[in-house]
Amino acid sequence: MNNSATQDKAILKTVKFEILRYNPAGNESPHLENYSVPVTKGMTVLDGLTWIKEHLDSSLSWRSSCRMGICGSCGMFINGLPRLACNNQIVHLHSDRVVVKPLPNYDIIRDLVPDLEGLFSKHRSVKPYLIRKDVSEQDKPTGEFFQSEQELLNYIQFAYCIKCGLCMAACPTVATSEEYAGPQSLTAGWRYLSDTRDEGASERQDVLYSSHGVYRCHFAGACSQVCPKGVDPALAIQMAKRDAFMKGFGFGKERKASSVMSPVQDWTPRGDIPNAPEKTAGNTGSKREP
Amino acid sequence: MRESRLWFWHILSAIVILVLLGLHMGTKHLSELLHMIGIGSGDPVQSAQVFHRSQQAVYMITYILLLGTGLFHGLYGLRSIFFELSLSKTLEKLIGGVLAVAGIALFVYGSYVAVLLFQTSGV
Amino acid sequence: MQQRLKNRLGLLGWLGGGRYGLDRYAYALHRLTGLGILAYFIMHIFVTGKRLGGPEQWESTMAVFGSLFFKVGEFLVVLAFAFHAINGIRLILVELGWLIGKPGAPSFPYSYSTLRHKPLFIVFMVFAAVLMIISGADFYLILK
Repeated sequence: MNNSATQDKAILKTVKFEILRYNPAGNESPHLENYSVPVTKGMTVLDGLTWIKEHLDSSLSWRSSCRMGICGSCGMFINGLPRLACNNQIVHLHSDRVVVKPLPNYDIIRDLVPDLEGLFSKHRSVKPYLIRKDVSEQDKPTGEFFQSEQELLNYIQFAYCIKCGLCMAACPTVATSEEYAGPQSLTAGWRYLSDTRDEGASERQDVLYSSHGVYRCHFAGACSQVCPKGVDPALAIQMAKRDAFMKGFGFGKERKASSVMSPVQDWTPRGDIPNAPEKTAGNTGSKREP
Repeated sequence: MRESRLWFWHILSAIVILVLLGLHMGTKHLSELLHMIGIGSGDPVQSAQVFHRSQQAVYMITYILLLGTGLFHGLYGLRSIFFELSLSKTLEKLIGGVLAVAGIALFVYGSYVAVLLFQTSGV
Repeated sequence: MQQRLKNRLGLLGWLGGGRYGLDRYAYALHRLTGLGILAYFIMHIFVTGKRLGGPEQWESTMAVFGSLFFKVGEFLVVLAFAFHAINGIRLILVELGWLIGKPGAPSFPYSYSTLRHKPLFIVFMVFAAVLMIISGADFYLILK
């Protein structure tokens, strides 16, 4: 056991990290700083940054949290592409130089920390939550909204977004336009527009189909290429355009929002299976009822 | 949704242009090759040919159609680029207006030429 | 709030393809060819307007544009048109949701629209190249 542990720690090679440093409080202008880092098996770029902070320069700053590609905090511009630092092993970059810069198209707060406020405010602008006309049903649900498996598959991919902002860093339109809603928020908007449970189309359309909405996308495809979760923003945006085009010429039907499922009647459970957990909606007398 | 409608016309005009400009480019810029296989006379910009074409109704109509769709498609594309440059709302409106006026002016001039040349044939 | 450093890529961001895919280069080229064709088109409207002056004026105008400089320029416009037209057909289909697949449950390694679209992208580019070669042959005959 000891033997394999030491083998795992064996240094494979030494790579040169070139990291963009910027300190708003300091006098230095933004510049690249070099660090040499011994690479062990399975070491990610994020591990490399941690090694530098532990051994070489404790002032290095970045943002990270989960270390496993779920939280979307450690988006960085690594060797020419926006990537998650935790998702990419150094050996897989196939280079002895690892150039790490903060995500482009966002203001830099310090070192590798981008200011993602623009991303979040654009995300909010498309109202990324279910909107129902029947507000009382949403507040005090009597049952679940119906949705078939195929209807779920039509949008579930777009719901996997972790808001890491890599797509916005890759997008050529975002590179010049501050107002463009961008791949992240347009995808979030389409995720709800194509959700059969949603009735908020009229509230989102003004953002999605504005002069800074989907029509400023020209399918450069970079967003989908860099997305670490396979969300495919380019696909969502083209679907949104197609939907508007078809409806504009009277081909697409206006979707009717799905209704509340009626409770199953005359049902007796099989004796050999355990009881279902307590219902989360429409269960009179449950703890959630106010 | 105004932007949607503009974009629909951008796509539809592209399809019209594809057909008409495809023919235009084929006859004007592949003329040597077409001449080799026995179509056309080889030089499409000879004045006799140019004026002969101008005096046919089919040409006049397709010229005007191509002029209109081409101007809309091109100028909407240009507007797209301007709208992606983080300009102020006022400047965006101004550019939209200037491009619209320029487009209409060019369309009027171009159709005036086409119609006038067509009419001289009747004299 | 402390000072933020601006890091928007600007024009280099949309012109430069960097390490991104082929679509990104096609995107930049589509814009540049579009601008070139528009510039030529507006010039073309005024040049063909010279027909109003009668055959003599038309002949003298064409004599100016018959020089090698303008012939090469026109050939470049033809090449730009070949690319813009074929890539444009591709874009119309893609932007209306064809040729890029349908959404589904993502599972690693992820399949995504531009990846699924890549073989067709190459077919379209080959078609554009064929058109360019044909017009190149015609241009060769003109020069000869």
